[in-house]
Amino acid sequence: MTTEQKPGPIVQYQDVNKVYRGGNVAVEHITLTIDQGDFVCLIGTSGSGKTTTMRMINRMLEPTGGTILFKGQDIHKQDPVALRRHIGYVIQNIGLMPHMTLYENITLVPKLLKWPEEKRRAKAEELIKMVDLPVDYLDRYPAELSGGQQQRIGVIRALAANQDLILMDEPFGALDPITRESLQDLVKNLQQKLGKTVVFVTHDMDEALKLATKIVVMDGGHIIQTATPTELLQHPATPFVRELIGEERLIQARADVTTVGAIMLKNPVSITPGKSLVEAIQLMRDRRVDTLLVVDDNGYLKGFIDIESLTRQYAKSTAVADIMQKKLFYVQESALLRDSVDRILKRGLKYVPVVDQDNKLKGIVTRAALVDMVYDTIWGDNADHDAQAPATDAEPQAGGDQNG
Amino acid sequence: MGDFLAQHGMELLVKTWEQLYISGISLGLGILVAVPLGVILTRFPRTAKVVIAIASMLQTVPSLALLALMIPLFGIGRVPAIVALFIYSLLPILRNTYIGMEDVSPVLKDSAKGMGMTAGQSIVQVELPMAMPVIMAGIRLSAVYVIAWATLASYIGAGGLGDLIFSGLNLFQPALIIGGTIPVTLLALVVDWLLGKLEKRLTPRTSRKEA
Ligand SMILES: Nc1ncnc2c1ncn2[C@@H]1O[C@H](COP(=O)(O)OP(=O)(O)OP(=O)(O)O)[C@@H](O)[C@H]1O
Ligand SMILES: [Mg+2]
Repeated sequence: MTTEQKPGPIVQYQDVNKVYRGGNVAVEHITLTIDQGDFVCLIGTSGSGKTTTMRMINRMLEPTGGTILFKGQDIHKQDPVALRRHIGYVIQNIGLMPHMTLYENITLVPKLLKWPEEKRRAKAEELIKMVDLPVDYLDRYPAELSGGQQQRIGVIRALAANQDLILMDEPFGALDPITRESLQDLVKNLQQKLGKTVVFVTHDMDEALKLATKIVVMDGGHIIQTATPTELLQHPATPFVRELIGEERLIQARADVTTVGAIMLKNPVSITPGKSLVEAIQLMRDRRVDTLLVVDDNGYLKGFIDIESLTRQYAKSTAVADIMQKKLFYVQESALLRDSVDRILKRGLKYVPVVDQDNKLKGIVTRAALVDMVYDTIWGDNADHDAQAPATDAEPQAGGDQNG
Repeated sequence: MGDFLAQHGMELLVKTWEQLYISGISLGLGILVAVPLGVILTRFPRTAKVVIAIASMLQTVPSLALLALMIPLFGIGRVPAIVALFIYSLLPILRNTYIGMEDVSPVLKDSAKGMGMTAGQSIVQVELPMAMPVIMAGIRLSAVYVIAWATLASYIGAGGLGDLIFSGLNLFQPALIIGGTIPVTLLALVVDWLLGKLEKRLTPRTSRKEA
């Protein structure tokens, strides 16, 4: 059952602070808007205030300053018990009640809300099917399940009362990598299928990048950056964020987010169509190249000439325009490398001209630069790890000016 | 043996019943007071330390002295005996309730609260069931103490099997002493066994298999 999908804020933090007794400032100046359907991952080092930030939403912790709105209402003015029954809650250590059957666990909140028995039973059966567990498991106790199965139940328990918002605090931290991945897929699927909003605390960047629509990076009780996974990879706001993401991932992500323009060599060797072949040969020899790109006086790419045709036609022709080959492969400056790299490499060209949207020549991408990129992506981690290079040293060697 | 039963059989039954009655009421009152108090104390950890210290002190008062102290307050008979035994029953139950409740995994308490249980619902539906084995251990310990010490209640005229034992001592009749002691021991064993059964029933299952 999909709840009405009015996009709009479901949770708003307005300059929220939390100071624990004893003066320990856990979070400060938290201002954040979570929209309906968002999958928000709070990520940061230990003690950065992720859990504190999350637990203030369902009033498990009271802010010492600022306001939090849930569906537009100040949560401080709401009954905390009623509020919590409308917000799903999943914690790392699962928190299933060991003395209750799975059925009783799943329908705990519906029971608190006094749903009739048949409605609870139907809900439990619907939910357990969603996580691919047999219906007769409902009579089992949590101890009779594996850790991964238990956390599946933990996840659906948080959905049982049709909560629109689910809070999860490192829910999969204790699971082995394979189980964790399958639960991540499960949560992401359920979230998208049911249109839920999820606030998810993690310190695993891969998890955040995989799940989130919005990543909130925290450090020392402050929000450092709020961005989509792509934006985060493309423009980490501070060295701390870079470090948190890790060079390995930044390099891997580079092909995904880097444009051709970012790694091209500027000022390629070019010649205008009106020039004589003598001049062309002269230029080739000076710059030690075997092809020349031909651009008109306004910088538009027209074609190219190469040394073979030049020598063949040298006697018959006089101008560059006469021997110019018009068919040539070029790429847009704004194209993503991810989309272009294969095409470029497959053609076996030594370089490819890069043009802007008006077809003006902007630069070239050499095969060597692309190969470097690819090697970085595949082997970059091995190469970089031991060096412990500071962030800026791991720029691609392509020589292009990297937009950072 | 046959002679003894023929001569004292009826008396034995009556005295056993008296013993059971005094112990049962003391223990019942102890449970009624100590379990809720133990639960409440988990909400006030600092007060808890003081209260448990006081209960421990009361526990160290020699039993005969405590019984004697009751006389100026309640006279002689069953009432002072029951009050004294009630005081003795408090500590093990109180302490175990407190420890049992404290030992409930914080994860479960957090989970219960986070899902929207009221404090009362969390106590009744989660914390007490989880603490039940520890609480029951305290109750069983108290029961054995109370049944044993109820023997001394005879000293202030409360009746019970102590009557037989004290007469035996006064009249130099070892048969009476033994005849009074064995039922006390049996009573304690039987009650402990029954409470053990009850504990099993009250301890929530955590698996489909019978434990
Ligand atoms: N109950 C508390 N009393 C006092 N200080 C606390 C309490 N809980 C947390 N803190 C402090 O508040 C800060 C933020 O803690 P929080 O638990 O929110 O961090 P976190 O980002 O969730 O860390 P982790 O990744 O270790 O779970 C830390 O400095 C922590 O020591
Ligand atoms: Mg945390």
